[in-house]
Amino acid sequence: MTTDYEMVIGLEVHSELSTKTKIFCSCPTEFGGEPNTHCCPVCMAMPGALPVLNEKVIEYAVKAGLAMNCEIAENSKNDRKNYFYPDLPKSYQISQFDMPLCKKGKVEIQTEQGKKTIGITRIHIEEDAGKLNHSEFGGGSLVDLNRAGVPLIEIVSEPDMRSSKEAEEYLKKVKSILEYIEVSDCKMQEGSLRADVNVSVRKKGETKFGTRTEMKNMNSFRSIVRAIEYEANRQIEILEEGGKIEQETLRWDDVSGKTFSMRDKEDAQDYRYFPEPDLVPIHLSKEYIQQIKESLPEMPESRKERYIKDFGLPEYDSNILTSSKYLSILFEGAEKICKNAKAVSNWIMSDITRILNEKELEPENIPFKAEDLGNLVILIDKGTISSKIAKQVLEEMFENPKTPEEIIKEKGLIQISDEGQIKQVVEKILQANPQSIADYKAGRDRALGFLVGQAMKETKGKANPQMLNKMFLEKLKK
Amino acid sequence: MEIYELTVQELKEKLDKKEITSKEIFESYQARIQEKEKDIKAFVSLNDPKEIKENSIPIGIKDNINIRGTKTTCSSKMLENFVSPYSATVIEKLENENIISIGKLNMDEFAMGASTEYSYFQKTRNPWNLNRVPGGSSGGSAAAVASNMVPWALGSDTGGSIRQPASFCGIVGLKPTYGLVSRYGLVAFASSLDQIGPITKDVRDCAMLLNIISGHDEKDSTSAEKGKKDYMKNLEKDVKGLKIGLPKQYMGEGIHQEVKEKILEVAKKYEEMGAIVEECEFNCSEYALATYYIIACAEASSNLGRFDGIRYGYRAKEFSNLKELYKNSRSEGFGAEVKRRIILGTYVLSSGYYDAYYKKALQVRTLVKKEFERLFTTYDILLTPTAPSTAFEIGTKSNNPLEMYLADLCTVSINIAGLPAISVPCGIDSKGLPVGMQLIGKAFDEETILNAAYQYEKIEKFREKFRPEFKEK
Repeated sequence: MTTDYEMVIGLEVHSELSTKTKIFCSCPTEFGGEPNTHCCPVCMAMPGALPVLNEKVIEYAVKAGLAMNCEIAENSKNDRKNYFYPDLPKSYQISQFDMPLCKKGKVEIQTEQGKKTIGITRIHIEEDAGKLNHSEFGGGSLVDLNRAGVPLIEIVSEPDMRSSKEAEEYLKKVKSILEYIEVSDCKMQEGSLRADVNVSVRKKGETKFGTRTEMKNMNSFRSIVRAIEYEANRQIEILEEGGKIEQETLRWDDVSGKTFSMRDKEDAQDYRYFPEPDLVPIHLSKEYIQQIKESLPEMPESRKERYIKDFGLPEYDSNILTSSKYLSILFEGAEKICKNAKAVSNWIMSDITRILNEKELEPENIPFKAEDLGNLVILIDKGTISSKIAKQVLEEMFENPKTPEEIIKEKGLIQISDEGQIKQVVEKILQANPQSIADYKAGRDRALGFLVGQAMKETKGKANPQMLNKMFLEKLKK
Repeated sequence: MEIYELTVQELKEKLDKKEITSKEIFESYQARIQEKEKDIKAFVSLNDPKEIKENSIPIGIKDNINIRGTKTTCSSKMLENFVSPYSATVIEKLENENIISIGKLNMDEFAMGASTEYSYFQKTRNPWNLNRVPGGSSGGSAAAVASNMVPWALGSDTGGSIRQPASFCGIVGLKPTYGLVSRYGLVAFASSLDQIGPITKDVRDCAMLLNIISGHDEKDSTSAEKGKKDYMKNLEKDVKGLKIGLPKQYMGEGIHQEVKEKILEVAKKYEEMGAIVEECEFNCSEYALATYYIIACAEASSNLGRFDGIRYGYRAKEFSNLKELYKNSRSEGFGAEVKRRIILGTYVLSSGYYDAYYKKALQVRTLVKKEFERLFTTYDILLTPTAPSTAFEIGTKSNNPLEMYLADLCTVSINIAGLPAISVPCGIDSKGLPVGMQLIGKAFDEETILNAAYQYEKIEKFREKFRPEFKEK
């Protein structure tokens, strides 16, 4: 991207709420299931069926609004958004148009230039559509309405982001907040968190926005970042060649790494919004809103402050530990057991993060308990295993749902700290390496390292390294 | 007297005294259907109950109310073969009382019309004159009750669809307060206006049926959370001192002279009974019809979107892509009047027109409500004609939509305001056709209009004086 331009990015994040039942009927929201088994006359839009608003949906949406510093509307309503598509059984989506449940919020993200506030325009409730599956029996598609009527919140940001990195950080932050307050599973692979990305570009210093394009239904961080980069560059190229950007909806193709113009759902996109006559307006009392406010769990900001203050962790570490509810729970749980915050933090920041990256897993996929990590740290602190062995144990903990003690026992990984055993090994290595002894005595300190290394090799890494060091030194000085 | 001539109240009394059995009741009505249906054509489908329980009573159901396992066609090609997977709340309430449907009744397609001529299947005929319409859209229900093919029936009323056919057929029809009767399972025409209501031989049966079908329903968010009332309790009360308003605007232009005269006679009779009748002004009546058609069509255009040929209902044979599937299925599956209203509704909701039509209509709706509130600070009930005329001839209005819309002149404002209103027969015009009067009440005050209607019915003795002749005239 030429440096004369800047990107302007806004996100519409759709998040499925983890209520047990759908937004307008009592069908389960559970993912999967045989097609069209989580359905009833209401979510299949049988003639004459009527919606009844699930109160949990309001509660969850208000939670999200409060956690993102929104104003909560005491009076709001549902509206119909009309359009034809086979995955939309009623031919309208019950959503909110001009009176959303939450508005005027903000979240903070970390950027290379420090903290940045991203405005939240609004959060509203709506229902998800069904799914179209390509037919296995010749042409055409099959409609699965299991997802139709699963509650969603749509979180609309201000166009406050200026790079794909900021968009990524913002999305991570939103995901993390929704996880903390336990209103959504945020499983991007299952589509329970997805985003419409609006991108425009403008010359730096320009105050007016350029024409934007919208990329719908993006469901991975990686594709969002790639799509933004691609789309911004495409727009700049057009502008540089003297062209004009068309305001349109695009489809991002992950395989080719390109965006394509999407055929409109209807020729003219006029949703003909009007108030949903089958539902009554939503009135929330101040007490109700206050009650929900008080029920919110501790938010990442406050946790971060606490980690710095109570555990003396650096701000950087605290940021990462609180970036995800799952990491935060892991950290606090493990610390409680071993009382060694720094060590736990280090394990999470280095090896656990590395393994997650290698395996392309999210923190919520960590298969072991916080307790297990705490015990692993205790085993190191007590000298039962070395840090090097601990790394092996950790790898194993990702593979096998067993406690570190069990893994150590099974694999015979307990550290050799018996003086007699260490002595035997040291003598054996010295005998086999007379040249190293000579080197050391000639002042080449590196030879000691080599000898210790050989001894570790001999014991398959189980020997206590401090003891080895000490004993070699004693013998060599003789 | 034949069993089929009795009111439900009389049937119940005879059942209680074991003078007749339910089996005899069902058989009597089935024989009557055999005899009269060929002339009247009120039914879309018949149901022959396999087993008739003791104390069971038959009923006819308008074909836009779902009964599990049976067809609900809305008299449309679109739903010609649609079998309901569930029952409406009112049906469950009826079944709990052993009141069983013996057939689904004809209507204007999707309840859009005032003559039942817009049914995809057949034109129902008025028992008082077979060349005339029974009114609509619940024309099948009204004609079936008037010809004694069912003892009573359920209809639905969005702008007059219970009251106007009741008036044309010389029987009683009530549109309850919006929210009194659950709409769950009633195929929606205009959600903010629709109500299910009783169509009966007399006022007592009307109160009895309202007792059964009214009450809060968790499945309908717009259903009111009010305690159950006994609507039969206050029928016998006299009307001394009852204040009745007679809005001038519903006695003026467009109302046939003979209808006006009958209403003035009714007013006189109420005065003789000790009620106080006064002329009054209803100020925004001239906007009511336009407001009604904007709101009703807007909601209908959205409500009828689900009939898209994807999951159920009619699907065109020929199409080469999704858009054609929609276009052809809906073009072929809906009749002209339904399409006209979908187009009108789509138009008034379109961006650029929304403010001028739909939004303005909502504002007028508020004015209409306020105007009724103002009148009800002075009056207990209001008296108007139910329809501007008596039953018109088949074919005279079906090609003139505006003319047809005027048939709703006296009834639509009540739906706009969500109020209860009842139509009661009040005489016969010079052509031998019944005239209906309409009593409008305060919200959730069905008791007062039922009481006033019953007291009038007692002195008018319409059922004793007149009966349909089943002739072409």
